[in-house]
Amino acid sequence: MRSIKGYKKDFLLPILREMLLVRRFEEKAGQMYGLRKIGGFCHLYNGQEAVSSGTAAAMVKGVDVLLTGYRDHGHALTMGITPNEVMAELYGKVTGCSKGKGGSMHLFSADKKMWGGNGIVGGQIPVATGSAFAQKYLKTGGATLCFFGDGAIHQGAFHESLNLAALWKLPVLYLCENNQYGMGTSVERASSVKDLYIKGQAYGIPSKQINGMDVIEVYEEVKSALEAIKRDSFPQFFEVRTYRYRGHSMSDPAKYRTKEETEAYLAQDPINILKDRMVQEKMLTEEEFQEIDKEVKEIVAQSVEFAENSPEPDPSEITTDIYA
Amino acid sequence: MAIITMREALRQALDEEMQRDPTVILMGEEVGQYDGAYKVSKGLLDKYGDQRVLDTPITELGFTGLAVGAAMGGLRPVVEWMTIQFGLLAIDQLINNAAKMRYMSGGQFKIPMVVRGPNGPAEYLSSQHSQSFASYFVHVPGFIVLAPSTPYDAKGLLKTAIRDDNCVIFLESEMSYGLKGEVPEEEYLIPIGSADVKRQGTDVTIVSFSKPVLQCLAAAEELARQGISAEVVDLRSLRPLDEETVYASVRKTNRVVVVDEAWPNAGVANYVTSLISRNCFDDLDAPVEEVTGMDVPMPYNHTLELMVQPSVEKIVAAAKRALYID
Repeated sequence: MRSIKGYKKDFLLPILREMLLVRRFEEKAGQMYGLRKIGGFCHLYNGQEAVSSGTAAAMVKGVDVLLTGYRDHGHALTMGITPNEVMAELYGKVTGCSKGKGGSMHLFSADKKMWGGNGIVGGQIPVATGSAFAQKYLKTGGATLCFFGDGAIHQGAFHESLNLAALWKLPVLYLCENNQYGMGTSVERASSVKDLYIKGQAYGIPSKQINGMDVIEVYEEVKSALEAIKRDSFPQFFEVRTYRYRGHSMSDPAKYRTKEETEAYLAQDPINILKDRMVQEKMLTEEEFQEIDKEVKEIVAQSVEFAENSPEPDPSEITTDIYA
Repeated sequence: MAIITMREALRQALDEEMQRDPTVILMGEEVGQYDGAYKVSKGLLDKYGDQRVLDTPITELGFTGLAVGAAMGGLRPVVEWMTIQFGLLAIDQLINNAAKMRYMSGGQFKIPMVVRGPNGPAEYLSSQHSQSFASYFVHVPGFIVLAPSTPYDAKGLLKTAIRDDNCVIFLESEMSYGLKGEVPEEEYLIPIGSADVKRQGTDVTIVSFSKPVLQCLAAAEELARQGISAEVVDLRSLRPLDEETVYASVRKTNRVVVVDEAWPNAGVANYVTSLISRNCFDDLDAPVEEVTGMDVPMPYNHTLELMVQPSVEKIVAAAKRALYID
């Protein structure tokens, strides 16, 4: 675990708060799904919060572009889409960030440079590579962050994209959120190699494995990688080791995992890790933490209220937004 | 007017649009140093450099998806598939990302890109390189699908396609790159969604697109020799389809033949036939005839491969069936 000694409270506290917001948001989304307020596929991010928050803290907002797969609620929130807009999108309301046309897997904000989740495993990887191509061509000074899961790494889209990115020297950071399971299939049962980061090395791309449960490590590694990527205009690849607490989607009770395995990961919960260290360093008291928790729960509760009270899209919306 | 080949017409369109707009880039297999597998991009690398004319590895899914992202990021990529047949490897990126990103994001993005390459049967290529996939793309909301038959149409439509803010699938024909035709010196554009009556007639309407239009025109000549006046409607744009031009012709002739070199099941021909049957039912004096490729993979043997495809004879026979002439 990385030390937090070099950081000030006013840097760490917003990160802790944001991770907690994502956690509480997902808990509420799961709850509302259970109440049938939300339908379809709903892939929760619980357990992986350090990845999205550590990354978001290292990005240049409004300049760097982010794409991910269908487990995109966490990234949407940390990219700056409001809880109201995300929850309303899950409800399919017109006030949602994609006007109720995208849903859980397709949370977009062109302004905030959140280029969405993607419902096809690995489908976003070539698109992200193209975003980096445009950034370089148009000299925006930005880079693209491309997230995907361990299940996506075997797709041709991954391999074709990394080859192109290295060949054309594109400013893109590929991040494989290895949460150990592609739906119900463990990495061991799907990958010919144990360490996924070596797949990036096959394309001459600097690649490493990082601990996705430690938000400070994610932040530091992504920050220095982005600096190098922009300076040298060359891609990098991270295998981010993380864990999802919930099943693949709402219909998955995750019976393929042992209780012991899940408990072992819960013991290194990314929110607790940061909180405990901040308490240790006397930057935070238990009372303060409870106060923050109360605040974010209130924000999440309001997002539900906002979604519930928002109007359905007008039927005329069916045929808009198909052609520009 | 200058007489130039289809290949040159397409090259001029690319050249002019790259000259006009620095965000237009061209990528694909062999488009640069090799001048294009069919020499459509001849000289463009020298003129615009390797940042705008990009030779890709043989990785259709990768570079097509890359073009989608580049389009979202503010460029206007033109992707050349060496043939549309190879595009099957990339079709997920086109259907799931290029055609839907705008809708799924509630209208926040546009995808101004063109995917072009030869579609349909060529010669002596057997089954994997000789097939028409027009219907695959026409099926999908979010695409624009163009399929010109002449150098004039090809140039005017490609220029429009590059300027359009949507994903345009531009279907060429391997057998037509050497086809010559008149093309004006001055700039012109052809609007998307406009069919063209290539020959006026009064007795029967023949509707087609892309390379088979030439066979339709030859069939119309033959029919004229037999005293039958055939009108030939070139759809040019398959999505959106210029239904009014088709219906106007049907209302005039009351008899229709639809010609498509693709397989007969669930193809563009079926689609056009169903539209005419539904919207011109009272105007029809005979069932709509279809001349399509046969429902078989393409054989290698030249005699057999010609038998499988539409021909002037088959079109003439279909027109006479529509006229109840034996």
